[in-house]
Amino acid sequence: MTKILNVAPQDTALPKVRVDMVPLLLVPVLALLMLPLVGSFPTWVTLTVAGLAMGMMVFMMASGLTLIFGLMDVLNFGHGAFVSVGAFTATMVLLPMRSWVEADSVWMNLSVVGMAILLAMVVTGLLGWAFERIIIRPVYGLHLKQILITMGGMIVAEQLIHVIWGAEQIPLPLPTTFRGAFIIGDAALEKYRLIAVVVGLIVFVSMFLVLNRTKVGLLIRAGVENGEMVEALGYRIRTLFVGVFMAGSALAGLGGVMWGLYKETLTATIGAEITVLVFIVIIIGGLGSVGGCFIGAMLVALAANYAGFLAPKVALVSDILLMVTVLLWRPQGLYPVAKR
Amino acid sequence: MSEPLLKLKGVHTHIGQYHILQGVDLDVPRTGITVLLGRNGAGKTTTLRTILGLWHASKGIVRYDGKDITQSPTPDIASAGIAYVPESMGIFSDLTVRENLFLAARSVKSVGEMDEKRLEWIFGFFGALKKFWNQPAGTLSGGQKQMVAIARAIVEPRKLLLIDEPTKGLAPAIIQGMIAAFSELKETQPILLVEQNFSFVSALGDTVAVMDGGRIVHSGSMAELAEDTDLQHQLLGLSLDAHQ
Amino acid sequence: MIIKTLLSGDLPRSRILSAMLLAVLIGLILAPFVFPGARSLNVAATICVFVVLVASYDLLLGYTGVVSFAHTMFYGIGAYGVGLALNGMGPSWWAVFVGTSGALALSLVLALVIGLFSLRVKAIFYAMITLAVASAFAVLASQLSDFTGGEDGRTFRVPEMLQPGFRLLDTEILGRAIDGKLITYYLVFFSALALFLFMLRIVNSPFGRVLQAIRENDFRAEALGYRTVIYRTLANCLGALIATLAGVLMALWLRYVGPKTMLSFEVMTDILLIVVIGGMGTVYGAVIGSALFILAQNYLQVMMGKASVAMSGIPFLANLFHPDRWLLWLGVLFVLSVYFFPTGIVGRLRARALTRERP
Repeated sequence: MTKILNVAPQDTALPKVRVDMVPLLLVPVLALLMLPLVGSFPTWVTLTVAGLAMGMMVFMMASGLTLIFGLMDVLNFGHGAFVSVGAFTATMVLLPMRSWVEADSVWMNLSVVGMAILLAMVVTGLLGWAFERIIIRPVYGLHLKQILITMGGMIVAEQLIHVIWGAEQIPLPLPTTFRGAFIIGDAALEKYRLIAVVVGLIVFVSMFLVLNRTKVGLLIRAGVENGEMVEALGYRIRTLFVGVFMAGSALAGLGGVMWGLYKETLTATIGAEITVLVFIVIIIGGLGSVGGCFIGAMLVALAANYAGFLAPKVALVSDILLMVTVLLWRPQGLYPVAKR
Repeated sequence: MSEPLLKLKGVHTHIGQYHILQGVDLDVPRTGITVLLGRNGAGKTTTLRTILGLWHASKGIVRYDGKDITQSPTPDIASAGIAYVPESMGIFSDLTVRENLFLAARSVKSVGEMDEKRLEWIFGFFGALKKFWNQPAGTLSGGQKQMVAIARAIVEPRKLLLIDEPTKGLAPAIIQGMIAAFSELKETQPILLVEQNFSFVSALGDTVAVMDGGRIVHSGSMAELAEDTDLQHQLLGLSLDAHQ
Repeated sequence: MIIKTLLSGDLPRSRILSAMLLAVLIGLILAPFVFPGARSLNVAATICVFVVLVASYDLLLGYTGVVSFAHTMFYGIGAYGVGLALNGMGPSWWAVFVGTSGALALSLVLALVIGLFSLRVKAIFYAMITLAVASAFAVLASQLSDFTGGEDGRTFRVPEMLQPGFRLLDTEILGRAIDGKLITYYLVFFSALALFLFMLRIVNSPFGRVLQAIRENDFRAEALGYRTVIYRTLANCLGALIATLAGVLMALWLRYVGPKTMLSFEVMTDILLIVVIGGMGTVYGAVIGSALFILAQNYLQVMMGKASVAMSGIPFLANLFHPDRWLLWLGVLFVLSVYFFPTGIVGRLRARALTRERP
């Protein structure tokens, strides 16, 4: 067969793959800059780990939201409801199985928390499916109504939590072996924070692998950029979207369990309270970008922790300041997502 | 002659408040290249999009391979064997060339399982793709992106290709190459090609239809039209005037 | 004729709606005399303030199609402005003036900054940014306790004329002492009425028509030569200023400012619920919505309490009708109204009147 068309002469270099490195560097740079300001190395280690742990938990909650937005241009203002429901669902395992939680055995603790997480993710995933069908499907493409209706959904969900689990705060004690800290040198590393970091990394790596190595993942990424073309290639983007919505909701549920255990008490507004932070994170990351969301989560959480130590008053508004700074630099967020 | 592969009968399409297609009758035979000519805004792209169900006809019938697909959803129409190369090319710029083709290969489950022989056949037309195989498609030049878009449409055998203005904005050298590619392609599958560039399609087309104002105003064989300069002038010269 | 001028030619256009509006108006005018008791007067004053607050939000949501979550922030700025001024400078009209103008200036600057910063982008983006800014503001107000009184807020004394102990007349009228509380109520009422009529005028002015054009079709309005960003920012500022004034009125009435009553997200969701249920883009919706909502908030709970007690045998149902769960039912109503009658009660009534006229 003849080579009919060969535009590029053989000796031209491959086009440079422009990997945008700068945002990747922000997290280590921020951490290193803060080291001299914090002064003491052990304190810095503790703060950094605390920041990373919080960042990981926020990432779990935010990643689904940003993906849902990227794929279908739907912003779920009620995403926080899934966080709350996830946390409350976990109590249905953790409270009856109190003996496993209180047992001084890593395996019993891990398995009971694992079961709680599993149940929470299944429940929030199914709830996500229902939410998509009932609340969101009728308002595709209508941003104003989307915002209103998902807000309404959140109000109703919060109230239903009161109805089902009662209006009082529920204490959610950490399992015995998750308490306390490892002391390395002079730095104290709380065990639960390390667990949160590990879980967060697992989530991030699996998302990364799914999005880069599987057909479904590639379709999701393709759909974020051009959903119409994905349909023209013969795939039902609606099915894809329902799947992503369920997965995103389940991740919010996972984040809710982790966050609830971190705070050790549950209120129905636990999700609504974190929603603002989640929004800031996905704005910083660039709406629709999972990688940007990860970096954004780390930045926001680290900044909050350092500021909390260095200048507690500034910590109150550190997220906003960070967001404004990033948006002045890149108005579309760290990783703007190419759109149609 | 057997029943045409694709038949549009009295198709009307509205986009919002605009009435774009106003009764299109179009036959696409089972072999060769059918060219859809016409000035900007004549409704060529809308015709392609209506066939594919990206916009649905408000009136009339689209029959494909004996079935009524007028109101079918796009994925079903695509799965029935119609491939589409949009004017914007619809490249997934974040994904590599290889991943772009992989997604177009519906029956393949993983990147490694793509039909090597078929790929080599495609590289025969578009050598550059082999070279940029693992590059993000967004980093390619316009002409190379067009190659990705066409390669995507033929990565698996399909029954019909819809191609929207493939020469738009491309250098003449690339267009020459594309003519060669299409003349080989049309031996294996029918193509419905939308164009404004008459010199490009006059050498390539077998049948031709000319659109104006949302209707087909002329249809016949390309050879006839290519010879009849008066008719050309009447159909296309007129549209040139309107274009200015 | 006078009525038509007062209402800027935007008549209720529905007999039922007119009757309801008239009932609310008369009820509010006569409230101190007809519904004695501190609680009912409080309900009436709250309705007045919320009419203004919600209508000013409607300027944004209903007339420009922009969802802002920062409206409580402006409301809070007004309340805190006058509250902190009275607290710091003592109970004088001068302090009220200083507090109010300071608050208005701050609101204007903030609204301008937020507007120019984020109104050029998508509605969703604006909603998120305002949510973030408003929540940061609420956190600041509750944490900077030296200045704002923190979570507890601040109580303060109002100018003498508005204090409950003040007597304008020695005699009682219709069995009601003409005291400072009554004067404050009418101050709130007439200010609210004036602001309401002002907003009615705005939305029916050429400016208001442009806003509606923008809501209907961004691109077309841009093509017509209206700089949509400028108009949106103007609407944003106007809404913010009026919300600030509503905050001032509320602070004067309560003689207290605190983050829970002024800045919390619950107030924001209340506003959203009212404006949607009442009717977006109608201004009158604010009146009907606020009246119904605040009456429900204060009296529906009592009824639900009774229902809950009646069902106390059935655990889940009893919870469902627990007085604190009234928001659940409003939330459901809210979702349903967004779907089925996005123009709310007012839009519904008007549509009904229209179909009657043209059978």
